[in-house]
Amino acid sequence: MKRDADFDELARYRGEWMRGEGPESDIVISTRIRLARNLADFPFIRRCSDEDRLSIERTVRARMESLTDQRWESAHYVDLEPLSEIDRQLLVERQLISREIAEGDGSRAVAFDAAEGYSVMVNEEDHLRIQVMKSGLDIKNTWEQVNRIDNMLEEVILYAFHPRYGYLTACPTNVGTGLRVSVMLHLPALVITEQMDRVFRSMQRINVTVRGLYGEGSQYTGDFYQVSNQVTLGHTEADLLALVGDEVAPRIIQYERKARQALLKNNRDDLHDEVSRAMGILSTARKISSEETMHHLSKIRLGISMGLIEQPDVKVINQLFLQTQSAHLQKLQGRVLGTAERHARRASFLQHHLAGKDDATWN
Amino acid sequence: MKCQFCEKPATFHITELTEPVGPQVMHLCEEHAKGFLNKEASPPMTAIASALAKQLGGQSGDALEELDQKECPVCGISFFEFRNSGRLGCPYDYTHFESDLRPLLINVHDKTEHVGKKPTRSAGTADSLAKMIGLRREMEEAIEREDYERASEIRDEIKAMEDPIAPPSTSSDTQS
Repeated sequence: MKRDADFDELARYRGEWMRGEGPESDIVISTRIRLARNLADFPFIRRCSDEDRLSIERTVRARMESLTDQRWESAHYVDLEPLSEIDRQLLVERQLISREIAEGDGSRAVAFDAAEGYSVMVNEEDHLRIQVMKSGLDIKNTWEQVNRIDNMLEEVILYAFHPRYGYLTACPTNVGTGLRVSVMLHLPALVITEQMDRVFRSMQRINVTVRGLYGEGSQYTGDFYQVSNQVTLGHTEADLLALVGDEVAPRIIQYERKARQALLKNNRDDLHDEVSRAMGILSTARKISSEETMHHLSKIRLGISMGLIEQPDVKVINQLFLQTQSAHLQKLQGRVLGTAERHARRASFLQHHLAGKDDATWN
Repeated sequence: MKCQFCEKPATFHITELTEPVGPQVMHLCEEHAKGFLNKEASPPMTAIASALAKQLGGQSGDALEELDQKECPVCGISFFEFRNSGRLGCPYDYTHFESDLRPLLINVHDKTEHVGKKPTRSAGTADSLAKMIGLRREMEEAIEREDYERASEIRDEIKAMEDPIAPPSTSSDTQS
């Protein structure tokens, strides 16, 4: 385990879950699984003194350093407290840490490997939050990896566990397995055809949470939705994985595909027009906000996966979703940027990459 | 429309679909929306608040007040504090507040028995672990009243009890 990380390199790195590959990757952005764990001999975070938090961080770090597993050697361990706001934000944009831990205070840290797509947050809501993220719908491999890390850590850390209630967590909504499996879906066709309400309704009877993000009125839509299990107690890990991965996600994917086919059949020209306009804006704008960027990237992504346009590659779009966010942009630029400057640099970055040029020549 | 958490205009309108609460619409500014969406997809506060409201709704004021004052002997958290924050104070709370938490677990999970993965190593006795947590609290209290001698004694006691699986090289690093 390395005791630092190169954040400039991280900003340039195209993460594992951005590959745009993996099963169903025309619709599924990523699969993420996390496990919540706590040390048995410390209070939960809310009742921790500063000294307790420091002890937890040091204990966990020392035990992680004692691990001899080769696959752990490439992990970076970063103390979040002294880190600059922008570096913390970068980790948030990478989804390696949560916004809560980034903005929190006191001793806290993260061990991560961006290439392998895993991170372990120390002193988040629970003492440990182990998570793995992969491109596309890939429940099996994601689970195997997170489970392996959990087993490895369990050899050196004593977990709070109750024979009846399972892994004990600060919040009773996570107790039992401590497992949350989330699939991030890109559902623009269901949004365009106004069917999301129907999808939501059909999901309500089962134990899943669907959360979406959409812009106000006719302005910007992001079209991204996250589906995850709601309960964690009283079901095996395999059942919870199957609920999201075999039952719910495939059903929503099927709805989205049908909606895309219907759009192609009935509204091909309108759709093609919208996709082309999105390309036009992102290729020529001189300043642009991150929401507007996301809105147009979403349309372009749809256009690519429906075969309406051939360029750019979906990988480029995935990369742009990530690297046009504030902290990435500022790291790539090598300095702190104000809002107006960010909008201008974002537009320049988009123009540059949509013209097929790479990072090295952008300035 | 203003953001639900600040004065900025609400530009994000998020619909959260959770059972048994049903759809909840949030109107947020960009900053709060990002914070909200970056949280994991568990809505603990809404789930807990609604489950507790249901559970405690039928209780008399006195019974509720009594429950609110109940405190964990290990970490010192009161049920009132848990109810307000949605977060427990230590692993022992699951034992101390067991009868109060069970209806909540049923409301949230519809189950009360863990059937999933188990750690391969046994976690020692619950008593000794609870004692460790209690000692940490005592140490904190000793430091607060500036009784450093007592704090140092407790620190030694904790060190002596510390989890024996700790790799030997770490003992020098755990305290400074």
